[in-house]
Amino acid sequence: MPYSLAQEFILKFMITAFFFLMSAAQAKTFVYCSEGSPSAFNPQITTDGTSHNAAGLTIYNRLVEFKLGTTEIVPALAESWKISKDKKTYTFKLRKGVKFHTTKYFSPTREFNADDVLFSINRQLLKDHPYHMVGGGSYEYFTGMEMDKIIKAVAKVDDYSVKITLTEADAPFLANMAMSFMSVLSKEYADMLAKENRKDEIDQYPIGTGPFVFQKYQKDTLIRYERNENYFEGAPKIEKLVFSITPDASVRYQKLKTGECHLIIEPSPNDIEAMKASETISVMEAPGFNVGYLAMNVTKKPFQNIWVRKAINHALNKDAYIQAIYQGHAVKAVNPMPPTIWGYNKKIKGYDYNPELAKKYLKKAGLAKGFETEMWTLPVTRPYNPNGKKMGEMMQADLAAVGIKVKLVTFDWPTYLSKSKVGDHSMIQMGWTGDNGDPDNFLNVLLGCSGVQSGSNYSRWCNKEFNRNIKIAKSNPDIKKRTAYYLNAQEIFNKEVPWVPIAHSIVFRAMNSNVSGYVMDPLGGDIFKTVDIK
Amino acid sequence: MLRYFFKKFFHVIPTLVGISILSFAVIRFIPGDPVLIMLGERGANPEVYAEMKSKLMLDRPMHEQYWYFLKNAVKGDFGQSIVSKRTVIEEFSDRFPATLELGIVALFFAVIIGIPMGIFAALKRNSFFDYALMTSSLIGYSMPIFWWGLVLILIFSVKLGWTPVSGRISINYDIEMWSGLMLIDTLKNEITSEYGFAPFWSAFKHLLLPSIAMGTIPLAVIARMTRSSMLEVLGEDYIRTAKAKGLPWRRIVGLHALRNAMVPIITVIGLLFGSIITGAILTETIFSWPGIGKWIVASITARDYPVIQGGILFIAGMIIFINMAVDMIYALINPRMR
Repeated sequence: MPYSLAQEFILKFMITAFFFLMSAAQAKTFVYCSEGSPSAFNPQITTDGTSHNAAGLTIYNRLVEFKLGTTEIVPALAESWKISKDKKTYTFKLRKGVKFHTTKYFSPTREFNADDVLFSINRQLLKDHPYHMVGGGSYEYFTGMEMDKIIKAVAKVDDYSVKITLTEADAPFLANMAMSFMSVLSKEYADMLAKENRKDEIDQYPIGTGPFVFQKYQKDTLIRYERNENYFEGAPKIEKLVFSITPDASVRYQKLKTGECHLIIEPSPNDIEAMKASETISVMEAPGFNVGYLAMNVTKKPFQNIWVRKAINHALNKDAYIQAIYQGHAVKAVNPMPPTIWGYNKKIKGYDYNPELAKKYLKKAGLAKGFETEMWTLPVTRPYNPNGKKMGEMMQADLAAVGIKVKLVTFDWPTYLSKSKVGDHSMIQMGWTGDNGDPDNFLNVLLGCSGVQSGSNYSRWCNKEFNRNIKIAKSNPDIKKRTAYYLNAQEIFNKEVPWVPIAHSIVFRAMNSNVSGYVMDPLGGDIFKTVDIK
Repeated sequence: MLRYFFKKFFHVIPTLVGISILSFAVIRFIPGDPVLIMLGERGANPEVYAEMKSKLMLDRPMHEQYWYFLKNAVKGDFGQSIVSKRTVIEEFSDRFPATLELGIVALFFAVIIGIPMGIFAALKRNSFFDYALMTSSLIGYSMPIFWWGLVLILIFSVKLGWTPVSGRISINYDIEMWSGLMLIDTLKNEITSEYGFAPFWSAFKHLLLPSIAMGTIPLAVIARMTRSSMLEVLGEDYIRTAKAKGLPWRRIVGLHALRNAMVPIITVIGLLFGSIITGAILTETIFSWPGIGKWIVASITARDYPVIQGGILFIAGMIIFINMAVDMIYALINPRMR
């Protein structure tokens, strides 16, 4: 008997249902709802956090890395390292037996060795390197962290040791080595691509040594990874990892509710309370690696007077800003760097809100009647300052209460940056997000004398004692000694107060309550090598 | 006819040049230097900054930059994305099928619901049904898409659990793209033999909400247009004649009225293609749909000049050619137009 249409339909339906259930039960798949599309799968040429998560932290490793959940430097592809007496030569001993990923487009024939390290650094360092111009030839992070000036040469001692010579002693160098852009790429793969005249593919089809192997990128939709069974720290617990690209924060939340995501990046601040109340969702938070501050230009009157700066520090009600502008999702800043960084000075209490004291200090400065000045308000939304204009208005009111009349000014972002870099401002709202977890990245960049020249020191404050401390700390790789100098430097900052440190915003991650093993990265990345689903 | 075609065609060229100048200039007049945006708060080393500027040719005078762009564009080279460093054409053609698929389904949704709605409202003119329909179409027309999209998600995905929240297909299926249209690619033999029709069904479910969100405004326009066009035709002499001849009402409406009423409706549908693309910009962002709308938004934020210039030119070109095609169809139907 020939079978009827209905029968055929039922049969097909059953097969479909069967495969549907099969595929759902197949592999342990972890879905991470990310906020955007990576610009490339090579951390050397990207600067955005999205690409950092999608490539640097998943596919690649570096010689040294940040210990999970901290900013401490620990061995990774290098087992150990030696620093010469003059602190200018670093010799890295490489780990043996590390395998590069095997994918549809590449199968390695050898293990990771010194050639790969040389290739990865020299591509960025040497202008005549065959791969230097591939992908445009600009390595923004490498030059941004001044690695092109710090590194003199990279040499192979033998297959498993590499010697890097610096132009001068530079302690943050090691922290820079742990950053995404110092990831190690496969030279064997690069050679194969060069031979086949497909050099460009190196930045789109990645081969690394990291915990996850790149499978496929569907433009603007998702990125698929499989776990690296040969990962040198042991294979991750989840078998498959999917980045589901979802730019809208409220949509990410809905996807978390329906179980389409296991973990979402940057939930909207408005949803946090509802998420915390839900039984199926758990929320994690950590102080962001940032600082929002108000810089006072000490080269302009009356901010050269320390009592004026102290008065302003006492006049501003930071708690109110945190409630109104950060919606409570921030911690009050005392020092010019976040409390999660090593070398943070916990003893310093900072300046409390005290308008009476502020008035007294103004009197001391000979400005009992107050004065008139300008404040530039941040024209962009940043985690360290979600609403510059509103914050400016609140500050304006607080300062008016002690007799300081403030005119609020703002420009578009590029103008704001270029005008403030040359010191056109009196008071300015600014902020910073750390790159490498080193105090130098805050104290030196934002407050060092050299920053006055390059424009990253917005208070244009150049204090000899402060600068001496951070300079010694910069040239000494011993963390204990460095800590002492940084503690000192923060004391000086607190006495001199070229800024009003305002807040460190809190960063959130929301996940399904069956997710375990996720650790928040103080540097803001998302790391999945330890994650599991119950 | 051929002369008419060429005349139309040569009118298109100045329009395209005009659009290219506009998109080129506008993106440069809005504040925001792509290099500074890349560098952010970082103190930029002036040498590096200058080098990056000159690499992107942004240190040249604007007319020179434009001439360079035009010269290459004529050769079919629209430059490289500053962000991804891939060519604009590659990036565009990777994303276009997704928008096309969504657009077709959304327009289909708008047509199959909008036209019957309009006809019905015209036939039952001034009835309760007519008022309800026209009021709801007015609401549909003025609804902000991003809000409407979220409402749809909240009702159908979160509350009822009928459809997925966003994306193009369940992550369980790894579909090798061939045509770029998910509904077609999931029906290929190797997919159906492996998974059956589940991937197709999944792709279809993923399409539902975004196409409703995107199709709502065109639906409202089509419904209102159909209604007024039908009313106009129904008042014509030849309809009265047909009635007087004793033709059955269904035949009068279906054959004589509708056919004549369709001409302006088709024009509107053609024109709506443009609004579909504008709708795509919002819809795609909400539903994480990997099409050109989302791409353009991301590029504007990053001030990715080549992508914006190229992308806008492609979209404008498309709309112009569709309008031209509509004109041509007209000219074929109605010789008075030529």
